[in-house]
This record gives sequence, C-alpha cells and structure tokens, in this order.
Amino acid sequence: MVPEALFFSAVLFVIGVVGVLTRRNAILIFMCVELMLNAVNLSFVAFSRLHGVGGQVFVIFVMTVAAAEAAVGLAIIISIFRHHESVDLRNVNLLKG
Amino acid sequence: MTHGLLFQFHFYLFGLLAIAGSLLFVTRKSPVAAALWLVNVMFCISAMFVMLDAQFIGAIQVLVYAGAIMVVFIFVVMLLNLGHPAEVQDLRSNGTRITAGLVGLAMLAEVLVLSRVKLPVELPAPTPGANVTASVADVLFHQYLLPFELTSVLLLAAIVGAVVLAKRRS
Repeated sequence: MVPEALFFSAVLFVIGVVGVLTRRNAILIFMCVELMLNAVNLSFVAFSRLHGVGGQVFVIFVMTVAAAEAAVGLAIIISIFRHHESVDLRNVNLLKG
Repeated sequence: MTHGLLFQFHFYLFGLLAIAGSLLFVTRKSPVAAALWLVNVMFCISAMFVMLDAQFIGAIQVLVYAGAIMVVFIFVVMLLNLGHPAEVQDLRSNGTRITAGLVGLAMLAEVLVLSRVKLPVELPAPTPGANVTASVADVLFHQYLLPFELTSVLLLAAIVGAVVLAKRRS
C-alpha cells in the first residue's frame, strides 16, 4: 500500500509542477501549488505507516501553513488585480532586469 | 500487512481518480471548473488518507482543504469576476511549455529510479476500535507542542497580513 501511495503522490506533485510552469493565471498557479502541497501530504501519511504518527502531525502543520499561505497569497492577488485589472502574470514583471 | 484484493482495488481506484482529476484540473481554461476538479482530487486524496489508517487527517483534509481553502479560492474568483475563461491568454509560450514537459519527464524518471529503494517494514496497523485520533494528539501535544503553539502566531500574522494587503487604500 505504501509504495503505491508514494507513486500516486509523486505523479500528483509532477502534475502540479507542470501546471505551475505552464499557466499564466495567478489563481490557477496558486491552485497548482495547493495540489503540490496535497501530494506531499500524501507522502507524509504514507511514511507515517512506516515511521509512526509523526508524519500525520506534520500534515496538520502543512495544512496550517497552506491556509495561511492561501489567505496572504489571495490578498496579494486581489491587490495585483486592483493595480492591473487582471491576474495575468505577464503584467507582474517589476523585478525583470 | 496484507489487505484484501477489494481494498487494494479501491486504493488504486482513488489514486487513478486523483490523477485523472488533477490532469483535468491543470488543463481547464475556466478557474471555476479547475477549482471544482481540484476539490474532486482532494476528496480522492482524503479517501486514500483513510485507507492508510489516517482517519483524522482524512476528515481534516475534507474540512480544511475542500471546505475552507477552496471556498476562499472560489470566493476570490467570484469577487474579481474571473469566471470567464477567455479573459487571460492562459498558456505560456511554447518554450516554457517544452521546459515544463522536460521538467515533468525528469521528475518522473526520478520516481522510477527511487522506486528501486527498499522501504522499511511497515508498522502494525492499529487494531479495529483503537483510538487513532488520540495517538495523533499524544504526539502533537507532547513532542510537537512548541511548533503547535507557533502555528497560532503564524495564523495571526497571516490574518493581519491578509487584511492589510487586501484593504482598499483610499
């Protein structure tokens, strides 16, 4: 059961990475990051079958961080939208040399 | 520990549903459709948590991820009126797409290499009727008490930060 869970987790993570790299919509990129966090949680739970419940405790921490990240990130997206009237990340190139 | 064939079949079923849902999720144009597919993926992952004897985490996954975080996402999509698919020319240029494909293939190759690693022996599964939530709470409130308290500071900072960032400046 554990190797299969790790395999599914890896595939979901890779799908999330490809999504982050290919999309331009800031909200969709953010949702892909959530998918990656979910995939990592799946590995944590799978490894908690091997090493005890510490992995499940870490999943709780990851969820807390994900909730905080969603709140702050979506607030940033809202202020970007106020500034540019769009969530297209091509507009956000202030740090481009 | 060996499970019945039906159990394994359902585990594979949920895993394949999660992969299919996430593929549909990354290819949708409309943010609302993508968010709903992501909720679907989260339910499948929650089912896998339960099958891996992490019932409490499975319940939290549904409540926090599918129930709270995704609602915030959908709420922002609604607030900014982004539901129309064609507004953002969404996919990046061909070069970036090829890079993404190569990165994806490289990571899948890593998975194939890592799949040769021998895993340690599984711990015995909790006996039916055992208090699985209490075992998580025991570790959380003894060994990880300080990180647990620190997350409350993190959440407070996140709330204040979100309000400050999203407040309309007059």
